[in-house]
Amino acid sequence: MSDILAVEGLTRNFGGLAAVSNVNLRLGTGELVGLIGPNGAGKTTVFNLLTGVYPPSAGTITFTRQDRGPVSIGGRRPYAICRAGVGRTFQNIRLFKDLTVLDNVVIALQQNRRYPLLSSFLRLPPFAKAEAEIHAESLELLRIMGLDAKAEELARNLPYGDQRHLEIARALATKPTLLLLDEPAAGMNPNETAQLTRLIARLRDEFALTILLIEHDMSLVMKICERIYVLDHGVVIASGTPAEVRANPKVIEAYLGEEA
Amino acid sequence: MPPIVRTLLTRGVPLLALYLVVLGLIGAGIIDAYWMATLALICVNIVLAVSLNLITGFTGQFSLGHAGFMAIGAYATAIISNAVAGPAGFLGGLLAGGVLAALVGFLIGLPTLRLRGDYLAIATLGMAEIIRVVFVNLDSVTNGAAGLTVTQNMDWNWFFVLTVGSVILIRNYLRSRQGRDAIAVREDEIAAESIGVDTTRAKVMSFTIGAFFGGLGGGMYASYFYFIKPDLFGFLKSIDILVIVVLGGLGSLSGSIIAAILLALISTLLQGFTEIRMILYALLLVVIMIFRPEGLMGSRELSLNVFSRLGRRRPALATAQAAPGASEAQGKGDER
Repeated sequence: MSDILAVEGLTRNFGGLAAVSNVNLRLGTGELVGLIGPNGAGKTTVFNLLTGVYPPSAGTITFTRQDRGPVSIGGRRPYAICRAGVGRTFQNIRLFKDLTVLDNVVIALQQNRRYPLLSSFLRLPPFAKAEAEIHAESLELLRIMGLDAKAEELARNLPYGDQRHLEIARALATKPTLLLLDEPAAGMNPNETAQLTRLIARLRDEFALTILLIEHDMSLVMKICERIYVLDHGVVIASGTPAEVRANPKVIEAYLGEEA
Repeated sequence: MPPIVRTLLTRGVPLLALYLVVLGLIGAGIIDAYWMATLALICVNIVLAVSLNLITGFTGQFSLGHAGFMAIGAYATAIISNAVAGPAGFLGGLLAGGVLAALVGFLIGLPTLRLRGDYLAIATLGMAEIIRVVFVNLDSVTNGAAGLTVTQNMDWNWFFVLTVGSVILIRNYLRSRQGRDAIAVREDEIAAESIGVDTTRAKVMSFTIGAFFGGLGGGMYASYFYFIKPDLFGFLKSIDILVIVVLGGLGSLSGSIIAAILLALISTLLQGFTEIRMILYALLLVVIMIFRPEGLMGSRELSLNVFSRLGRRRPALATAQAAPGASEAQGKGDER
C-alpha cells in the first residue's frame, strides 16, 4: 500500500509558541486515521497547515495521487491544495449560510467544470450544458447525503446535524482523494454520532477516500479509526492501533494528568 | 415551451412594453426635456449602482472609488464622440471608456485584492482622487478644471439598450460559475478557498467587470449632460452611488434599480423646495434606513417574470432552466 500523505518534520511557530513541532505523519491510501489529543494540542493547526491556511515554519508535506505522482503541498494556497485533491471540513461550521443547500454544493462542484466567461455573459451553449451537468451532479451528491429534499432551503435554516452533513457534502463535491474532517461529531448526540460513524465508513468505500479525522468523541474514534495519532503540546506522543493507543501510559497521562 | 421562448415572453414583453410606453410619452410631449434629464439620470444611476453592487454587494469588496471609473468613461466618451461624428463616436467612446476603466480597475485590484479586509476601500478612495487630479491637470486633452462640452447626445433608444443590456449582462455573470465564486468569497473567504475557489481571481474579476460598467455609466452620463468637469466625479459622487446600493439592498440587483429610480424621482420632485431640498433628501434616507436597515430589498430579487411569485428569495442564483430537478423544487416552493 502506497502512502497518500507523508508529513515530515512539520513545525509551525506563532511568535514564541511552537503550536506544532516536528510532527511526522503517514497515511496509506484508503486508510481511516484519527488525530486526537487534549484541547490546544495543535490538531486544528495541523489541519490548517495541511490545507494551506498557514504556511509551515518548517517541514515537508507530500501528497500523492496515483494518477499524478507525488507533489509537495506545504505552503501552497488553499485552493491549489484543494484542487490537488485534499478536501476538508471545519470545526466551527463554515457553510455559505445565506445560500441554498444546493448552491453550497454547486460552488464546490463547479471548480472541476470550467466554461469561459463569455458564455456566462451571453448564456451560450457551453454554459447551459455545463450548468445542467453541475446541478444534476450536485443534486445526486445531496441525495447520497440525504439532503436532496432540502436542496432549496437556505443553509442557515438547516438543523445542526444537517449543517455538518452539508459541510461533508460540500467537501466531497471537490472530488478529493484525501478528506480531512475536523470534529465531525462535535455537538451531536450519541444517536447522531453513531449514524455519522456509519456514514463516514460508507463514504470512504463509496468515494474511495483516505480519511484523516480530528475527534473528541472516543466512541467514534475507537470504532472506525484503523490507526490513531495522539498529539499533545504540538508533539506526536503516541501512534498505533486504537487498542495500543488506549493502553499507552503517555496518552493516559496527557488526558488524565500524571498519576499521583 | 423552450426556455428561450419562455424567457422572451416573460421578460422580453414587459421590457418592450416599458420601452414603447416611454417612447410614446416622449412622442406625446408628456416626458419633456426636463423629465428626459431625470430619465437619463435614472438610467446612468442604474448602471452605476448595479455595477457597484456587483463589487460591494455580491463580491463583498468595499469600494469607494466608483466615481473614478465613471470619470474615465465620461472623458473617453466625450473626447472620442467629439472627434468622431455619429453613433460610432459615442459607442466607440463608451467601449473605450469601459475598457480603460476596467484596465485601471484591474491594475488597482490585483495588488489590493490579494489581501483580506478593507484595503480596497482606501486604495479605491486614493485612485478616484488621483484620476480626478489627473483630469484637472491634463489641460491639453481635458480642458482642465474648466471642463469639456460634449457635442453629441444619445437618445432614449440608446439609453434603454445600454441600461437593460448592462443589467442583463451583470445578472448573467452573477448566475454563472464565475459569479457564484464571487458570492462564495462574500459569504466566507476561508471556506471558499478550502473548496478550490481562487479567491483573488474571483475578486479581481468582479472588480474589473464592475469597473467596466462604471466606465460605461460615466460615458452615458457624459453623452446626455452636455458638459463634464473633474469636480463632478469627486468623492461625493462615489458616496452618492454607494447610497443607492445600500438603500436598495446589498446583494439585490432589483433593489439597486428601484433605489436608483426612487432617489432620482425624489430629487427631481424636491426641486421646488430649493432651500430645504438636501435636508429633506437626507431625512428621507435616515427614515428609510431606520425602517429598512437591510435596504429596500434586502438581498431579495424582484423578477420581471409576472407569473412567478414576487420577491423571490436569492436561491434563484441557481439557473432554474439548466437544472430540471432544481426548477421542480423551486416550483413547489412557489406554491407554498
